[in-house]
Amino acid sequence: MNNISRRRFIQWLGSASALGALGVPSLALPSSKARIIVVGGGFGGATCANYLKRFDPSLDVTLIEQSKQFYTCPFSNAVLGGLYDMDFIRHDYAKLQSKHHIKLIQDKASTIDPVKQTVRTTAGRTLSYDRLVLSPGIDFRWNAIEGYDPAASLIMPHAWKAGEQTVLLRKQLHEMRDGGVVVIAPPANPFRCPPGPYERASMIAHYLKQHKPRSKVLILDAKDRFSKQALFQDAWDEFYPDIIEWVPGSQDGLVTAVEPKHMTVIAGDERIKADVANIIPPQLAGDIAHRSGLTNDQGWCPVNQKTFESTIYKNVHVIGDASIAGKMPKSGFAASSQGKVCAAEIVAALHGDTVGTSSWVNTCYSLITPDYGISVAAVYRLSDEGIVGVKGAGGVGPRDAPRSTRRMEAIYAEGWYRSITADIFS
Amino acid sequence: MKQKPWISFAAFTTCAALILPATALATDYRPAMLANPCAGCHGPDGDSPGSIPSLKGLTADEIASSMKAYKADRRKGTVMNRIAKGYTDEEIDLMAGYFSRKP
Repeated sequence: MNNISRRRFIQWLGSASALGALGVPSLALPSSKARIIVVGGGFGGATCANYLKRFDPSLDVTLIEQSKQFYTCPFSNAVLGGLYDMDFIRHDYAKLQSKHHIKLIQDKASTIDPVKQTVRTTAGRTLSYDRLVLSPGIDFRWNAIEGYDPAASLIMPHAWKAGEQTVLLRKQLHEMRDGGVVVIAPPANPFRCPPGPYERASMIAHYLKQHKPRSKVLILDAKDRFSKQALFQDAWDEFYPDIIEWVPGSQDGLVTAVEPKHMTVIAGDERIKADVANIIPPQLAGDIAHRSGLTNDQGWCPVNQKTFESTIYKNVHVIGDASIAGKMPKSGFAASSQGKVCAAEIVAALHGDTVGTSSWVNTCYSLITPDYGISVAAVYRLSDEGIVGVKGAGGVGPRDAPRSTRRMEAIYAEGWYRSITADIFS
Repeated sequence: MKQKPWISFAAFTTCAALILPATALATDYRPAMLANPCAGCHGPDGDSPGSIPSLKGLTADEIASSMKAYKADRRKGTVMNRIAKGYTDEEIDLMAGYFSRKP
């Protein structure tokens, strides 16, 4: 670390004692030599790359991301509801490169060699790292629902990775007849964005209510309970009583098979003819985590929940949806919060220092209508049982909250989106 | 040219390490690690580009007294009453100090 970047680091820490804590150990290991590779430019990876450079501008940070642009899953439901265009949820890596001096490699990281400490890409690159951060998100368990494979997803979109799939589902909704049935099939836990399917049902119902009011949204759920359930159901009774119907798993909600050719969804003994079918299949950690042997038998990545270093390979950290992060949900906010902690842990370790205790936050807003929002929040700490929510804090908003609170939470939902994307990408 | 300031800086930090009390070392990361998640809603360094109030430009007192009022439900908000209860008063003071020192 040169002395200019050191000053900036100390300025960032904002504490005179940082001089003492960080000055001496770093003489033994100048961090400017350290090469950090971050794989995946979503909420977890892009945050981590950004904060690594904020913590220590002298680090050599490379972000490997296959897409030029990133479409966020958050607010993609509001795009389906007609509240925003795709432009609103599109972000790029220009500022991470120009302002934060992160090297961007547009390529797909395919596998790692944890012994040689290298990453291989599909374009044939081999890159060496001192520390690797994987934020690969999720992949789908194709054919866990019989007949639901990548080809089926072009007819019955999952839209659980935003972008082309979001555009496809929106197009199908626009082309659907009035009086049609939209099936949404959420998976069992754990999966990306637990309240997401129910916000999606709300936003699609909002669109249908205005444009195709005789249509239905049928939620065929693998589960009997879901996130923010009481708040969602209260609001559905008020705004969409004749549109949204929720069928729990124990009452034949579980979708076991699909027939895309016939637009048929099979749940229990029922064969349901759908006009639009949004199948959200069961999930597992992103592809590279499996190829590299970083997952457990459930398909997710066990990590040290303080540092997010893999419990399987040293100097490899896994954050975001792919990781097993105690009680934290698989959400963009959680992934971003983990990215910051992981970045601090890496910088501290390179300086022979320790971070001490960390805390994480997750706040998740869901829109029911453009003027009616609900939220769930938690503050997380590390305990003997891993990351847990602080007792007495967090939770969902009260059921009897006044209308002004719902309106404010809808306004704050958009405010949250603008803030977190600015924090990550600007 | 590059080497000289590095050496003098290193000498300075070594001295600093020797004269600072050991207890100071354990608390270095705390304010930042407590405050970093706040940016998820309040924007980078508390500078919010949207509808959520900025923390930037507020004094430590203003931030801390708001947080403590939310925590005790003396002030009614939306999500902040639930979040503020996740922190001790000491942690709230550390976070407030952190944001108030942001340029």
